Amino acid sequence: MEEVKTASFGKVTTKETTTVSGAEAVIKCLLEEGVDTIYGYPGGAIMPVYDELFKYQDKVHHVLTRHEQGATHAAQGYARVSGKVGVAVATSGPGATNLVTGIADAQIDSTPMVCITGQVGSHLLGSDAFQETDIVGISTPITKWNYQITKAEEIPEVMAKAFYIARSGRPGPVLIDITKDAQFASLEFSYKKCSGIRSYKPVPDLKMDEVENAAEVINNAKKPLIVFGQGVILGGAESLLKEVVEKAGIPAAWTILGLSALPTDHPLNVGMVGMHGNYAPNILTNECDVLIAIGMRFDDRVTGNLDHYAKQAKVIHFEIDPAEVNKNVKADYPVLGDVKETLQALLNLLKPNNHTEWHNRFKELYKKEYEKVISHNLDLSAPEIHMAEVIKEINNFSNGDAVIVSDVGQHQMKACRYGKFNKTRSNVTSGGLGTMGFALPAAIGAKMGAPERDVVAVIGDGGYQMTIQELGTIFQTKVPVKIVILNNGFLGMVRQWQQLFFDKRYASTEMVNPDFVTIAKGYHIKTNRVTERSELKDAVKEMMESDEAYFLEVKVEQEENVFPMIPTGAAVSDILLE
Amino acid sequence: MEKKNYTVSIYTENNLGLLSRIAAIFLKRHINIESITASPSEVTEVMRFTIIVEVTEDQIKKIIGQLEKQIEVIRAFYHTDEETIYQETALYKIKSDEFLDDHNIQDFIKETNARIVTVTKSFFVIEKTGKRSEVDQLYETLKPYGLMQFVRSGTIAVTKNEMPISGILEKFNTTNSI
Repeated sequence: MEEVKTASFGKVTTKETTTVSGAEAVIKCLLEEGVDTIYGYPGGAIMPVYDELFKYQDKVHHVLTRHEQGATHAAQGYARVSGKVGVAVATSGPGATNLVTGIADAQIDSTPMVCITGQVGSHLLGSDAFQETDIVGISTPITKWNYQITKAEEIPEVMAKAFYIARSGRPGPVLIDITKDAQFASLEFSYKKCSGIRSYKPVPDLKMDEVENAAEVINNAKKPLIVFGQGVILGGAESLLKEVVEKAGIPAAWTILGLSALPTDHPLNVGMVGMHGNYAPNILTNECDVLIAIGMRFDDRVTGNLDHYAKQAKVIHFEIDPAEVNKNVKADYPVLGDVKETLQALLNLLKPNNHTEWHNRFKELYKKEYEKVISHNLDLSAPEIHMAEVIKEINNFSNGDAVIVSDVGQHQMKACRYGKFNKTRSNVTSGGLGTMGFALPAAIGAKMGAPERDVVAVIGDGGYQMTIQELGTIFQTKVPVKIVILNNGFLGMVRQWQQLFFDKRYASTEMVNPDFVTIAKGYHIKTNRVTERSELKDAVKEMMESDEAYFLEVKVEQEENVFPMIPTGAAVSDILLE
Repeated sequence: MEKKNYTVSIYTENNLGLLSRIAAIFLKRHINIESITASPSEVTEVMRFTIIVEVTEDQIKKIIGQLEKQIEVIRAFYHTDEETIYQETALYKIKSDEFLDDHNIQDFIKETNARIVTVTKSFFVIEKTGKRSEVDQLYETLKPYGLMQFVRSGTIAVTKNEMPISGILEKFNTTNSI
């Protein structure tokens, strides 16, 4: 430790610095940012950083995933349940390119993540050196920000910026590429957290007139509908949302990433919107007089055909990202700002209300959905097990307190439609990108981000095999995640579309699967397999009570479909029940 | 909605890689960039990109939103041709013998306010600054004389109304100073 005296504006200030290597500086930056768990995979160009990780292993827990993609999804799972920035580390070349899917996933789902990649020495840049790839160029369209460090002294400031950008405003992934010579070179280390960047305004200023206009429209509404998204969770505004919903008596529906921001059994929670959402909120989107969108971005899977989406309604859009306003749906009343501030301001202006008759419409339509869809999904006299039964069984033992991590496909829709959630940050799934293979590694990160909670990964037999190697990470770290494979022997969602829209031509959707139980056993993970309904309850109980990692395979009906369904190009109100 | 020429002015930090980030925003939406120039701006250390695209107003508004979302973009603006004063520069290289044999060329140059930049034994270089149509017109006129080379710059433009970048930066400095 040495003291450097610098003179500024006539005053003498004392600043403590230490001489360290670039690699050590990277670790010290992580510690300054409060990072204690990171996910990654070593390799040539990142070896100096790994050497420091060895020295700092009591302070930073490095989780060795079995593939760099797994590192990104684990970092995402960690970030999604904890609200902290997830960190993934990889080497140059293939290590870096293997991060791409996870980065794209984090970008479209607004997940705060910092990826650190090693890069070949700066003298080799552009020479097509061994394991050189232009990861900054490659990741540009899928990162909130990225930067290549070629000088050790840049590390503290750039890392501080990286964490600030990743977590502030609408969160997102940042990639920092560090040349090997910058990792080896030394610098005088001092750290100052980033508190602002002059060209970047993370949160628009609250405009009181926007809130007042919105409040007036809501107070005069006869048939208002709230649709909330992940913005509520990212903004930490879950309890405010609940207060708004209750005070104004407004039925509230959620997007897939908004799920768990409001308890699923809340009386005014009317279910999921979108392609495989609930019947009532989809139908009534095209009947409401005021549509109040909160922290959601009108994805095409939510809106169906935009020409027939809520045309009768006045649209109010609470949003932190100005680029989302009027992007897909014209907002008559945009309310820009931090949802925690805007909802608080709104709450003060709302008149207590109670839209009983309007709310009854949702209940009536739910009955219809129950008769046509839900009762069949939960029909215990059906010859084979349905996916929804398994989710319900998990609910029975979790009481709605577990984190459910789902992959992508039919089982994902079932997990979201039937999962019970009491607490926020409990639904972890790949919404925007639809990344098969997301769930297994994301569950590892989720459990580490919320060790006190049960984490259940619900995965299809297709997606499971895309990142099945992460069983090795589970074995090595002993992270007690619960894994449920809903095995229907098909890439079910694609098969469903083939059945409905391609005359049952099942092109490459039938899976010839290995013995999943044997594979899990190979990793010394506790296992069970259920093929009969009568075994299901006990098997789920044993899994939920296990203190160790647990693998449960459930053989489910092969050709079950997910309904309701809005066919591509149809209006939300043309949602099909069968 | 009708497609129009829009001039996009983007004030940015001077950062390596920002050009590809900006270009990617247009590429992702399959929008062709008609011309692009990068230069210093009126504010010290602030860069200015001037991009011309032909799109609808709805499209350009969304593009501006995406541009402003980029961390190192300070502000982005869009303007129609009527709202800007814009110019392009072109260079025409012509064989000297052609030029000397035909006095018409010298008349064209005078009429169009073009300028002779260089004269050598073998070639002449003529420069013309003006609107796209004027530059194109001179191109057509000179073409029969055998253009050895032709190059045209991107459009550069200043707007009739204000783009208050200094104010934005000052506001940041006052709110973030300790």
